[in-house]
Amino acid sequence: MLMDIVILIIKVAVVLGVVLLHVAYAVYFERKILGHMQSRLGPTEVGPLGLFQPFADLIKLFFKEDNIPLGADKVLFTIAPVIVVTCVMTSFSVIPFAAGWVLANINVGLLLVLAMGSLGVYGIIIAGWSSNSKYAFLGGLRSSAQIISYEIPMGIALLAVLIMSGSLNLSDIVYAQEKLPWGMFIFPQILGFFVFLVCALAETNRTPFDLPEAETELVAGYLTEYSGFRWGLFFLAEYSAMYVMSSMLSICFLGGWTLPPFLTNLFPILNLMPGIVWFLLKVYMFMFFYIWIRGTVPRYRFDQLLKIGWKFLLPLSLTNLFVIMIIKKVFMP
Amino acid sequence: MSVPLLFFSYFALATIVLSLIVITRKNYIHAVLWTLLLFVHISGIYLFLNAEFFAMIQMIVYAGAILVMLIFVIMLLNVKHEDHLSDVSSLPIPKAFLVFCVLGVLAFTLQVSYLNSTGKFSIDLVNKISDAKLLGQVFYSEANLPLIIMGVVLFVPMIAAIVLAGKRSDE
Repeated sequence: MLMDIVILIIKVAVVLGVVLLHVAYAVYFERKILGHMQSRLGPTEVGPLGLFQPFADLIKLFFKEDNIPLGADKVLFTIAPVIVVTCVMTSFSVIPFAAGWVLANINVGLLLVLAMGSLGVYGIIIAGWSSNSKYAFLGGLRSSAQIISYEIPMGIALLAVLIMSGSLNLSDIVYAQEKLPWGMFIFPQILGFFVFLVCALAETNRTPFDLPEAETELVAGYLTEYSGFRWGLFFLAEYSAMYVMSSMLSICFLGGWTLPPFLTNLFPILNLMPGIVWFLLKVYMFMFFYIWIRGTVPRYRFDQLLKIGWKFLLPLSLTNLFVIMIIKKVFMP
Repeated sequence: MSVPLLFFSYFALATIVLSLIVITRKNYIHAVLWTLLLFVHISGIYLFLNAEFFAMIQMIVYAGAILVMLIFVIMLLNVKHEDHLSDVSSLPIPKAFLVFCVLGVLAFTLQVSYLNSTGKFSIDLVNKISDAKLLGQVFYSEANLPLIIMGVVLFVPMIAAIVLAGKRSDE
């Protein structure tokens, strides 16, 4: 009993450590790619090729002044970043990184990720409200409206994945894809994949949906009053959420840690590579996509954003659901 | 005391204490946030009943959607600390009477219908076929009439919302 708990804690610590390291380097990754996209070099000074830049940034954040505004609700102001980080980190507990490499192999993994996504909204609302500043407040309201709107098409896109796999367990979803000859769910449900991809951008408040942080209108949205390490926690949550969304995309649509069977039959040598490599490759493909979008697409207006969510993505996801239901019934009994 | 019992007592006690905290807050936003904590504990109790699906739905629907709507309404209406919020002691007698009546009916029903029989949906059955699947089977076979009625009931406020919004834009 006690031994089990100790082993579990060690596992959690290892996963958390690895994830945090990845998050630190996601920042470096983003700055480098954005730099090259804009004909600059990105970070080069700290360490070889600027590789120690994330640690320099981290140390800087640690020693910055931790400022709480006078009119703020002190307790909620402190809790808000913790809620955001906790919700994102909890999502990692159900994500299978490779066959059997999952902290909690529960039957409702998919729903847990969705639930944690919707609980994360509270951190943002509370941050906006407790700052006692109009920019933060409006930013918080906007962000929560955005996340709630985009949760619906995202949930319906995932519903189609459920119909195809017949399970809410994320590992079982991957195993269900392994049985298909092409090995991925993206093929019958390319529409659902597209909807999820766009919603993933909106859920993590990334460009072109980074409305809550639109500098020209709202200074920095709900982050306006935050400084030092509390701000760092929000930052950490945003990048971790990018990893969660990328993992969900690769697990639900691209077959997770597996390769399509026709590929492995053609080149059996690919089987020697551990599954985590393919998983990370897929995840980093989506991370690159996130950054690529940030480097190319301008920000939407808020009414455009809601219009895209409700008038475009929602009907699209419903169409996808309908098509998948027919395909499942007719072609895959 | 066994470990599951210990955890269950924590969740049960926390649910009661948190409900009391919720209804005694003066600040509405604080009350809503305590409700959030309450909902998380309730989904913990669902987990004890082997109902993981319900636990997650509780989090997504109640904590994730309905409470956020509540927060939105409170923030947009800009309700400040309410002074005329009546506390328990000044509750009018008819209201208190009604509350106790409802509680009595609830207790009676529970005693008659639940404690005396285990029903056919036992924990073994739920474990055998997952609870999401079982719920679907019950919903679309035995309980299809209540499901349809529930759908109609939920449809009415939607029409109301559309009518209200339509009126606003005519002016």
